[in-house]
Amino acid sequence: MLREGHQVSCLDEDPESHARLEVGLEKSWEDLGGQFTVGAGLETEALEAAGIEGADVFIASTDGDNTNIVISQIAQRRYEVPTVIARVLDPLRAEWYQRQGLNTVCPTRVAIDLLEAEVRSAAGRGASSGDGAAASQEAEG
Amino acid sequence: MYIIVVGAGKVGWNLARELLDKGHEVTLIENDRRRYLTVEQELEHNVSYGDASELWVLERAGIQRADMVIAVTGDDEDNMLICQVAKEKYLVDQIIARVNNPRNRRHFDLLGIKPSVSATDLILRLLEHEVPEYGLVHLLDLQEEQLEIIEMLLGKDSGVTGRRVGDLQMPEGSLLISVLRSGKGFVPTADTVLEEGDEILAVLDPGKEDDLKALFGPDSNGGNSAGG
Repeated sequence: MLREGHQVSCLDEDPESHARLEVGLEKSWEDLGGQFTVGAGLETEALEAAGIEGADVFIASTDGDNTNIVISQIAQRRYEVPTVIARVLDPLRAEWYQRQGLNTVCPTRVAIDLLEAEVRSAAGRGASSGDGAAASQEAEG
Repeated sequence: MYIIVVGAGKVGWNLARELLDKGHEVTLIENDRRRYLTVEQELEHNVSYGDASELWVLERAGIQRADMVIAVTGDDEDNMLICQVAKEKYLVDQIIARVNNPRNRRHFDLLGIKPSVSATDLILRLLEHEVPEYGLVHLLDLQEEQLEIIEMLLGKDSGVTGRRVGDLQMPEGSLLISVLRSGKGFVPTADTVLEEGDEILAVLDPGKEDDLKALFGPDSNGGNSAGG
């Protein structure tokens, strides 16, 4: 997103995550215009330091479903961010919260669909074995 | 009543035990296998193993027919979401959530999770009650009704001792409702003269505490010794 010219701000509890952001970059994350804040997503001070108040899009993609769902509702209700997306691994809850008006992305669902498609196409070819393929993304809102 | 308690820590386990003793039907849900096995030795079929933030675990526990869900895990996000799902998806009448970190309380409010109970807040209240330097003690918060009832001890440096109640300029949105003196309570009249050692009870709109402290607290000439 940074390369496409968007302003991107990352919030993470772990200061070391900053290094991961710079993997494959020719310049530092900050030199490219990125922002990085260390803090917990449930702390409003940290969210504000990361610039949530002026954000057009908020993405919650920590490794915890519950954290993501809570933080995205805070972004929606307290900060009224226009577009909020939560990563939710549990397909059942991803579906229910989606119906409640929270935009959810469920990597588990995506993986299942891809695997299924792979199996079907392998079966279609008459092959007895199939390799699974799944896309995975890692990013902190 | 059928009550689901989530989290079999010290709070959840004892709560479940008390509720069972009172004759309620209880399911206690615990997601740590070892803890579950320990608690299960005593509570047997009243304990269920699983992560209650997953919908099927709640459904297996019979949330559709539950009258009340109490979430007392050590994780605030879990407690919030379990209660939110109980209330909004399964239409459970009553929910109670435990707040572990008092700073998260506003998030509970934001998501409509009421009532929420914070042990830290309760201890602070007790502390305020036991330590008179805190001056003003919250006795009751009626959040829905937007009213609070507070208690205040008049110290010897209070600016109002020796004055008639009728002469006090009570802040707008506050009312003196009772005076406790030498262990006895009475409703003051305009002619009541306040004395050192009186405890006053007042009802007020939220946010008026500071105005009231300024009036009943130490005389502003003599430096402010009131903390909190």
